[in-house]
Amino acid sequence: MQTTSDEVLIGRIASGDRLAMQVLFARHHVRVYRFVLRLVSDPTLAEDLISEVFLDVWRQAGRFEARSAVSTWLLAIARFKALSALRKKPEAELSDEMAEAIEDTSDTPEAALQKKDKGAVLRECLKSLSPEHREVVDLVYYHEKSVEEVAQIVGIPENTVKTRMFYARKRLSELLKAAGVDRGWP
Amino acid sequence: MNTNTKSGPEREELEQLLPWHAAGTLSRREAQRVDDALARDPELARQFALVREELSETIHFNETLGAPSARAMEKLMAGIEAESGPAKQTAARFSLSTWLAERLSAFTPRTLAYGATAAAIAIVLQFGVLTGIAVNRAVGPATFETASGPAVTAPAGVGTFALIGFAPDVAAAQLSAFLEQNSLTIVEGPRAGGLYRVRIAAKPLPKAEADAAIEKLRGNTSVVMFIAPSE
Repeated sequence: MQTTSDEVLIGRIASGDRLAMQVLFARHHVRVYRFVLRLVSDPTLAEDLISEVFLDVWRQAGRFEARSAVSTWLLAIARFKALSALRKKPEAELSDEMAEAIEDTSDTPEAALQKKDKGAVLRECLKSLSPEHREVVDLVYYHEKSVEEVAQIVGIPENTVKTRMFYARKRLSELLKAAGVDRGWP
Repeated sequence: MNTNTKSGPEREELEQLLPWHAAGTLSRREAQRVDDALARDPELARQFALVREELSETIHFNETLGAPSARAMEKLMAGIEAESGPAKQTAARFSLSTWLAERLSAFTPRTLAYGATAAAIAIVLQFGVLTGIAVNRAVGPATFETASGPAVTAPAGVGTFALIGFAPDVAAAQLSAFLEQNSLTIVEGPRAGGLYRVRIAAKPLPKAEADAAIEKLRGNTSVVMFIAPSE
């Protein structure tokens, strides 16, 4: 069965089709939510923000330029909303929430290592990356964005995307080493 | 050129591309370059194994982040409801697609077979759209249709094409002037969402020129609600 492309859905949304809006939302909201959640570390705020992201799509569908994928456009709007929300929050409130962040039921890197679960250690270290590094790692590995698309979403040159990803990986290896997993690189 | 070099800008560039290679988001040409390098450089291949590990765990980690509750969708729909004022609803009453489909159903296949050439059909389609708006306005508003009506297609031939969604409240004279001034021909429609396939140039244009032409058309905000390149 052929599904309606995102671009066609955007065209329908531009003409006021609410069903098309629901289809687009159903298709993308989980990934957009996870992207936003990794940026704001607050599930309630992340939920509010994705409603705002899709409301912006409703308002601006007619201006969508099909130069980039709809998912890239959504993530760019989401990033902008998330960073704006973070700027509005008092710093104290932010650090409290960051500490509680995403419900953490997993082991610490050291505990995971004792269980010899290298994957779990790596996942723990992913949480410890800086927001800039975390963002690029998620966009490349989880959201499957090309160099060009990451550059569009984050608003940096393509070469910077490549070097940022490289340094994010390097930092990840350092964190792994500190947790007792030496990957022999860098 | 020493392709086995373990340092230098080329090696560095290839190393930086590994995450995208693992995710499958490189162009075919770049992917081939990386594959070739991986085949001859064991150190790079070892790096690639680490990248694949990172990719796998990043997906695993993100998949444990859960999903938003139904509240997010409810909030969105409430927001849309609050924004759908009378202006938007009035504008949605005229259905270009319904009118075009109705008018073209008058042409039986036999009639078309005898009389129509590809160009003629295109002209009829275009004329129909314009006259239809005028007639439809004169007899009152039609019902609003959100998805596709019965679609009709005229032979497209060669050229450069775009998918266009016209503003629902565009005046017939305005649409006529827009099509004429830009030498546009409606060749197919309506597609889902009331989009029309429109010939924007008689010959295939290079991508940059086609993009520029589409950008120019997009500037007509009172007529064009949505526009995207089409095959």
